[in-house]
Amino acid sequence: MTLTLRSVLAVAALVGALGGFIVPIEIGGADTDRVMIWPHGALLVFAGLAVLTAMAAISDRLRGPLLLAALFLVAHFGAYALISSLGDEAGKRGPGFWSLVVAAWALAWLVADRVAAIESRDRLKQRLLAIAIPALFGMWILILWEIIVRGFDIPAVLLPPPSAIGARIATSVPTLWADFQQTILKAVLIGYILGCGAGLVVAILIDRSSFLQRGLLPIGNLVSALPIVGVAPIMVMWFGFDWPSKAAVVIIMTFFPMLVNTMAGLASASAMQRDLMKTYAASYWQTLFKLRLPEALPFIFNALKINSTLALIGAIVAEFFGTPIVGMGFRISTEVGRMNIDMVWAEIAMAAVAGSLFYGAIALTERVFTFWHPSIRGS
Amino acid sequence: MLQRMTPSDAQNSLDRVIDIKGVSLTFETNDGPVHALAGINLDITQGEFVSLIGPSGCGKTTLLRVIADLERPTTGTITVNGVSPREALLNRSYGYVFQAAALYPWRTIAKNVALPLEIMGLDRAEREARVKRNLELVDLGDFAQKFPWQLSGGMQQRASIARALAVEPGMLLMDEPFGALDEIVRDHLNEQLLKLCDKTNKTVVFVTHSIPEAVFLSTKIVVMSARPGQIHDIIESELPRDRTLDVRETPEFLDIAHRVRQGLREGHSYDA
Amino acid sequence: MTPRVDLQKFLARAGPVVVVVLAIFTLWYIAAVLLNAPAQRDAYARAKVVDYSTGQLIADTTSQRRPVLPAPHQVVEEIYKTTVLKKVTSKRSLIHHSWVTLSSTMLGFLLGTALGTLLAVAIVHNRTLDKSMMPWVIASQTIPILAIAPLIIVVLNAIGIQGLLPKAFISMYLSFFPVTVGMVKGLRSPEIIHLDLMRTYSASPWDVFWKLRWPSSVPYLFTSMKVAIAISLVGAIVSELPTGAVAGLGARLLAGSYYGQTIQIWSALVMAALLAAILVTLVGVANKAVLRRMGMAST
Repeated sequence: MTLTLRSVLAVAALVGALGGFIVPIEIGGADTDRVMIWPHGALLVFAGLAVLTAMAAISDRLRGPLLLAALFLVAHFGAYALISSLGDEAGKRGPGFWSLVVAAWALAWLVADRVAAIESRDRLKQRLLAIAIPALFGMWILILWEIIVRGFDIPAVLLPPPSAIGARIATSVPTLWADFQQTILKAVLIGYILGCGAGLVVAILIDRSSFLQRGLLPIGNLVSALPIVGVAPIMVMWFGFDWPSKAAVVIIMTFFPMLVNTMAGLASASAMQRDLMKTYAASYWQTLFKLRLPEALPFIFNALKINSTLALIGAIVAEFFGTPIVGMGFRISTEVGRMNIDMVWAEIAMAAVAGSLFYGAIALTERVFTFWHPSIRGS
Repeated sequence: MLQRMTPSDAQNSLDRVIDIKGVSLTFETNDGPVHALAGINLDITQGEFVSLIGPSGCGKTTLLRVIADLERPTTGTITVNGVSPREALLNRSYGYVFQAAALYPWRTIAKNVALPLEIMGLDRAEREARVKRNLELVDLGDFAQKFPWQLSGGMQQRASIARALAVEPGMLLMDEPFGALDEIVRDHLNEQLLKLCDKTNKTVVFVTHSIPEAVFLSTKIVVMSARPGQIHDIIESELPRDRTLDVRETPEFLDIAHRVRQGLREGHSYDA
Repeated sequence: MTPRVDLQKFLARAGPVVVVVLAIFTLWYIAAVLLNAPAQRDAYARAKVVDYSTGQLIADTTSQRRPVLPAPHQVVEEIYKTTVLKKVTSKRSLIHHSWVTLSSTMLGFLLGTALGTLLAVAIVHNRTLDKSMMPWVIASQTIPILAIAPLIIVVLNAIGIQGLLPKAFISMYLSFFPVTVGMVKGLRSPEIIHLDLMRTYSASPWDVFWKLRWPSSVPYLFTSMKVAIAISLVGAIVSELPTGAVAGLGARLLAGSYYGQTIQIWSALVMAALLAAILVTLVGVANKAVLRRMGMAST
């Protein structure tokens, strides 16, 4: 057997699982000082199963799909057993516990490694695989986060476990919803639409003046790289504490990327295609709407995607400079001050979900409108 | 000019679709002026198939672009259908086919063919009728709802010919339309193009750098030479109009091909 | 002949930019007068000045102490006062604050670039990592990471890490994503034909990396570094906001907004913009120099 990542992982799983048998799982209970070797039956079962599956993986006896299913089940049973063993008033985790964590992790990695190696011609299967592997990865980040934070007793002020964050989200839905409305639905969405719209319109307006284009393009490129978010205090002074000042920051931040990208997009139609429109005696506006704007769509969508992130950042950061007592940025900065870190993480989780959904919606729209572009029709 | 025309001249100028007199075109570049065309005189009459052939840089594409009003000559006069190229363009008197199909990837084949018709402002029924007719003319009737990138290169170029024909012009201007295709597809398309011209009696100006292609297709072959771009020789072909690919093995064909090659060689030696 | 043509080319390129910049400054002055005029009129009313000329109004609106919008020359004056006239060690020296921000920007940028490159190398060479991690790297770009800035500062403070490191950490966090994404693209940019060529030499992965993948990824590295350094600076400035405003350009922004010192805000802002422009330009210059040495110079 050659030394591949796969064999290293299988051996790690085996050693980890065996370690669970040999070294103590817990050191010191809630009421006694005795060394607990087998406080949890589920962990014992997991250690046994892990040894078996790791051996199967090393010897390569089982058929591929069967082994994959076994690895998957055992790894996740292990995760369940490890997390539920953290539930009671247990003592400190001993090296045996971490040894089993390593075993579970190695098994999960083996699953990912085997799934990643699957080749499929079926489009649906490809899609599912493309989702399954990162989903597995994300889930194990959460599992390890939970185990490490609770296993090492990391104080919640530093890093709360995902379960605590989830519980916090469940209990503060009204607050989160109010913050979401204030920051996302008002500041971000309005600012985004106005900023992107203005960038697009200005790019089209100056399209006929090559002088303005040559003057604005370098400036637009430069401004796109500047820390524009710094205008936030000025906007707060000008437009007050409520959402209009945040929307103003978002407008300024999103304007230039859209301007620069649209200008580049409008210039991207090939000379031959422009000549073609000339031979039809097409007017400026006909050429614009039938050729140059469709040709610019991939660029425009690129700007829309960049701006979706910028808009969220702009609105949240602008709230650090003063807000009414609602909004995601406000909540983050005040709850950090009160050391309510789980609430901060709840806001961050919401920001992450909102950001991904926002981006995903734009990416989906892009697929609909630029289905013809090589970068999209290839995938 | 009109005053000096005799009745027979007037008759001639009706047949005469393209009339080029003393046309020169000089591009100003950073490295000094480039004489793309110098003293071009050329008449093309209705129904002729004229090939422009010559080495790269001889101005054959530029000459075609001058006819299409994509370039303006520095000196000389040119009339297309008796009017200036600009007016001819506005009258939609020609269809232009480029080296590449230049189809819009976001439009279906049918929509691509309809593009010039939309710009002309034709109504929907007329557009659909013309799209159908011209797609069938190039054997693409079954592919109307496909997107260009789902078609082979040869089919794309046929679609672009259908697009040029949809304007229903008297004249086709073609700039190395089959240059990017492989020889087998090219032969096939050449044959089809010839049939199509017979059927529709269109005037064609065809830029190419392939001698067999020029001889096979043309009634008149214009051999050009480079630096400055000028006409070296004009060869009238006596081959029958209803030719097939077999004609390429006949002595007459080889004779004309020989003359064209001779002309190209002489034109080239001016450089040395 | 060539130098004259070059000069013409330069003028043709710079001319429009200069005109647009001048137009921006003109608009700035007009906006300053218009925005500051109401407050000035109030001041006149309070001082019972009735017969003021338009010229006087304009002069006064562009020299207020706390204007709604400071005029450009006020900002320039403030920058001059706080850079050239102040000792670098002074708490009010803008150079001092810029240096604080710059040092955490640079540290974060360097760490982020190194980390991003390493991650890209791992992703390109391991299929599992590619499939499981790449979607998250891309998704993470859609998340407003800057929202975490205050959290990271406070949490790192709580475990005793203070000063430069937490800020650099945020800059690193922001800058490594563009580098990872760009470098993955770059390391994959060699064409199949070039990879096949290496295979015909039976080159080791090590050779393929150093002789093919790495050189072809260098242009991508610089493109991502331009994005990374700009966003690094944003990260450094934003991370100075929740630290209690001690030092740095972000602290100047926050202090200025607390006390309504608009001129101070604008001068910090202009300084930040200058810093960003200089940093991006430096990366651009390095890019050109390196590509020229590698024989890939593009004009």
